[in-house]
Amino acid sequence: METLEPILRVHPFLEGLAPQHIQLIVGCASNVRFDAGQTIFHEGEEANQFYIVRHGKIALEIFAPNRGSLIVETLGEGDILGWSWLIPPYEWHLDAKAIELTRAIALDGKCLRKKCEEDHDLGYELLKRFAHIIEQRLEATRIQILDMYGERS
Amino acid sequence: MANSSAMGDNKKSQETAEKSHTMFIIEREHIDSLFAALAELKYELIGPTVHDGAIRLEAITSANQLPIGWTDQQDGGTYRLKKRNDKALFGYVVGPHSWKQFLHPPAIRLWHGKRDGRGIHIDEEKAEAPARAFIGVRPCEIHAISIQDKVFINGSFTDRIYQSRRRKIFVVAVNCGQAGGTCFCASMNTGPRASAGFDLALTEVIENNHHYFITEVGSDRGEKVLRAVPHQAAGEEHGKKVDSIAARTASQMGRTLDTNDIKNLLYHNYEHPRWNDVASRCLNCTNCTMVCPTCFCTTVEDITDLTGQYIERVRRWDSCFTVDFSYIHGGSVRSSARARYRQWMVHKLASWIDQFGSSGCVGCGRCITWCPVGIDITKEAKAIRDPEKTPTTSSKVNNNGNA
Amino acid sequence: MANVPDTGLETMTASAEPMVPALFRIQRVRQETHDTFTVELEPPSRRKTFTFAPGQFNMLYVLGVGEVPISISGNPADSHVLIHTMRAVGTVTKAMRTLKRGDFLGVRGPFGTTWPVAEAVGNDVIIVAGGIGLAPLRPVIYRILAERERYGKIIFLYGTRTPADILYRRELEQWRSRFDLDVQITVDRAQAGWRANVGVVTTLIPKVAFDPANTIAMVCGPEVMMRFTIQALQKRGLGLNDIYVSMERNMKCGIGFCGHCQYGPMFICKDGPVFSYDRIKDLFLIREL
Repeated sequence: METLEPILRVHPFLEGLAPQHIQLIVGCASNVRFDAGQTIFHEGEEANQFYIVRHGKIALEIFAPNRGSLIVETLGEGDILGWSWLIPPYEWHLDAKAIELTRAIALDGKCLRKKCEEDHDLGYELLKRFAHIIEQRLEATRIQILDMYGERS
Repeated sequence: MANSSAMGDNKKSQETAEKSHTMFIIEREHIDSLFAALAELKYELIGPTVHDGAIRLEAITSANQLPIGWTDQQDGGTYRLKKRNDKALFGYVVGPHSWKQFLHPPAIRLWHGKRDGRGIHIDEEKAEAPARAFIGVRPCEIHAISIQDKVFINGSFTDRIYQSRRRKIFVVAVNCGQAGGTCFCASMNTGPRASAGFDLALTEVIENNHHYFITEVGSDRGEKVLRAVPHQAAGEEHGKKVDSIAARTASQMGRTLDTNDIKNLLYHNYEHPRWNDVASRCLNCTNCTMVCPTCFCTTVEDITDLTGQYIERVRRWDSCFTVDFSYIHGGSVRSSARARYRQWMVHKLASWIDQFGSSGCVGCGRCITWCPVGIDITKEAKAIRDPEKTPTTSSKVNNNGNA
Repeated sequence: MANVPDTGLETMTASAEPMVPALFRIQRVRQETHDTFTVELEPPSRRKTFTFAPGQFNMLYVLGVGEVPISISGNPADSHVLIHTMRAVGTVTKAMRTLKRGDFLGVRGPFGTTWPVAEAVGNDVIIVAGGIGLAPLRPVIYRILAERERYGKIIFLYGTRTPADILYRRELEQWRSRFDLDVQITVDRAQAGWRANVGVVTTLIPKVAFDPANTIAMVCGPEVMMRFTIQALQKRGLGLNDIYVSMERNMKCGIGFCGHCQYGPMFICKDGPVFSYDRIKDLFLIREL
């Protein structure tokens, strides 16, 4: 099996990490593939991994009674999927489904959590990066809430 | 604009205030000859009259209809007429009316149309404007007219309603013998003496029972009219008298507005706490825009009869102080009173300069006089320039604009 | 704060009687989405053609009801039909939506400044449309595609509320199928089953490839959408004088006399509606201006 190290080493998300941290992460990484329409995870399930999308499209959905599943965001190539693995209670907050054939690198969150507890430097570096992603998603979500194109826009 | 009423570059003329117009003397008893000469040329005379306790501009035919022996007392939110102890014809300053209502009508139909069977036919109103002689135009008002000239007769489009009326105006200006209670034309370089933009300019003098008018000729038209009026040559002392009256009037002004770089001052202070302060006082009553001689905003009304066969569009004066003024789908852009007052004042003193090359304010003081709560544009401008020197007026608002 | 000089953007002068509408006949009224519709008009016979430049607008008059400023959204190369797409949100537009083929509409215009089609020649072009903002941008896309070889990369980003609100769907699909155009659509939310992007249109900007040193951006949509889009474009390195927006205000005359459309010292009807962002950047961030 090809090592994912060359790919992970140059990924923008991991940029700036010390070599030993990158090694740790590589050790928790594996290739995954989802077919079009395949569920990646469901709301409420245990969150034990996060994904770096290499190719394809993933829909984040929330199911609302009487309205069905609503897509609130889509992620594509280069995006990071999942931060619930890092924050208790380590459960997914929404559904994720592949819209088209999607390849991603899956990172073992359970394993990484343990390593972060042991090596706080690694933990801090990962939290900084995820905080940035969460900030971007939050800002985008807030703009979505504005319903800019709605009746009073 | 080819018009012998010389609406020249007023800014330049103000600098050379000694620009000489030929001067003559008209005795008081011959003023009616002047009116007759104008009527003979088919001008409708419009002039000041006393009406309902104010000086209003109405159609007149004789000097007896002027506010003989009247003067005005003006201050923030205050206007009263008072009897003088002489019989001056022009012994007051300005009333609520300005000449703009005759050039830029408060309401006018733009076109009308009729629907029938197959189609609709729209007819533009032919701008049939009467020739008018404006009697008693103050220097600040001359500037106001020339400011509106730049609004309506400029590069891209021309307002034919304004232009057709404007072309037919004969201006008999009157230099101010006293400053009004709210005047600040000296600050705005628009008076108290007319240097251009008139056909004839009168300076009224009453001394030792001698009542006469030092008359300056400002155009060929003015000269022609003067020929039909008994007059004598003026001497050098008369020129000096006009100067000294102007100087005295200028010194009487109780208000000043510092126009030094005022454009940038206001452009850089859109969030100044003073706007909150004035907003707590302003009633948005729109009086200021109605009496201001340069405010020009209008709206249109599309009207139909009950059958829908007849349609017309009427243009009316409008005011930026109304909530609807800035309405676009869903709401008004300027939904707060603060934003609306700010719009008016920044436009008048700053944006106007970028738009039309001069200030929009001529210092006539009408907005101060006719504001029910006496908001004073000179004080507001000062407060923005020197907040420390101008205390906030509302005890409920501190300098951070917090109530 | 900029002076108000000649923008250098081409402006076509309107007719001799700018306050009197010319009567155009409605050829077609088409419902586009639940609140958006398009009218197709033919010029009065006396004036057989109507020409405009992308970005300009007309004052449209519904007989006896009222007048509204609406951007022109047809193909500038086709001067025999005049096309306007708009949302039915007020008295006049709701009345207009009920009109039928053969009815008349008053038209005054075209007024206003235009999208920088000439300035964009030789550059990459990124067009960002939000909601109904696609309507004033469609003429630019037509114009650029008609001379495709004169431009570099062309990227078109379009965001709207839900898939049901997508405007000009058939045309979008045609454009997307071209090999020389990068078209990306996104919606704010969708039912499961939607196979394209979900997320605000600004999220597309970090991912598209273009050369910021040689790119012109044209942005149109609700003001808040334009504000965030400009921020995202700036983050990608675009200069403020390379970003163009279309502004909107209340208008009663369209010719700079009624005073309603003032935006700082600018009259949106004659100094705009299209502005280079550089020119209005100080005004844009002032609230309730």
